[in-house]
Amino acid sequence: MSTATLPQATTGALPAGTKLPDFHLPVAPGRKASLSDYRGQTVILAFYPADWSPVCGDQMALYNEVLPDFQEHRAQVLGVSVDGPWCHRAFAEARKLRFPLLSDFEPKGAFARACGVYREGDGTSERALFVVDGEGTIRWSYVSPIDVNPGADGILEALEELESNRPTPKGETP
Amino acid sequence: MTVLKPPVSSDDHRAGPDGAPVTLTEYGDYECPYCGAAYPIVQEVRRALGPNLRFVFRHFPLSQAHPHAQRAAEAAEAAGAQGEFWKMHDLLFQNQDALEDADLLRYAVSLKLDGERFTRELSSGLHADRVRRDFRSGVRSGVNGTPTFFINGVRHDAPWDLPTLTAALEAAAAVPGVR
Repeated sequence: MSTATLPQATTGALPAGTKLPDFHLPVAPGRKASLSDYRGQTVILAFYPADWSPVCGDQMALYNEVLPDFQEHRAQVLGVSVDGPWCHRAFAEARKLRFPLLSDFEPKGAFARACGVYREGDGTSERALFVVDGEGTIRWSYVSPIDVNPGADGILEALEELESNRPTPKGETP
Repeated sequence: MTVLKPPVSSDDHRAGPDGAPVTLTEYGDYECPYCGAAYPIVQEVRRALGPNLRFVFRHFPLSQAHPHAQRAAEAAEAAGAQGEFWKMHDLLFQNQDALEDADLLRYAVSLKLDGERFTRELSSGLHADRVRRDFRSGVRSGVNGTPTFFINGVRHDAPWDLPTLTAALEAAAAVPGVR
């Protein structure tokens, strides 16, 4: 499937082809993570408005289930919201999340702003997705209506697209 | 427009005539309380539309949130292997708070299934791939929670209370030639 058929970002989200701004955000109480920690790896950044939305339709709960499929594409998913690291820890434990959540907490929403997905009036980020290649370049971005869980189909299509465009390593037949 | 991938086929669990003008597909999880709430509504629309409706169920177990969901889905498949998918489906939704292995076996026995075969197939995970295949098709089709409904292959994003769902199904039935 070509990128033309994928839903495209309609707001100010940084578009495909631009570099993702580096981040240095708490990933657990007392521990920070940076984009450079994931160099060489595909990263899925999933911005969501807040921890603790209802379970069965929850975006993070869905990604938790789809994790094996993301891992098949050797992609690391990172959730991001403006919630603090202790809130994230309680949320991740309650939902048994098996991937990291970043706290865009201080200065509040700075990373979301840098990515063009901060909602000024609400004080939260958009529900936005970025698929970033191993060099830190955004390959796909999408902003969902704030009350609609965007699901995982767009991410998987973007990962496949990324894989099909990857140069074949020497000595391997395509 | 989010559409069902792959479309309904003979691999699916289907209730009602294949020639019906409307097909309602549900992606569901036997331990999900929202699916439990949707169950009597689906039963009611099936009664109301009668031969005009074909109902299809695909598994979408959120196993991290619902520890019994995957096993329950496999139990429905194991019952299906013995010709009783829908009766097990009903029992699971009617008994969402009793989905331990012993309960599943009890339901199988009450349906007069071969209990030994049922247990063997469950413990060996014989039907796990089928359940995972349904789950993956749901992810591809844009399922974002449970239950998610599709009417004639198109995701139903409106609420699924009885009047709304009935109206949507009747509207689909009135469009000629589409299924």
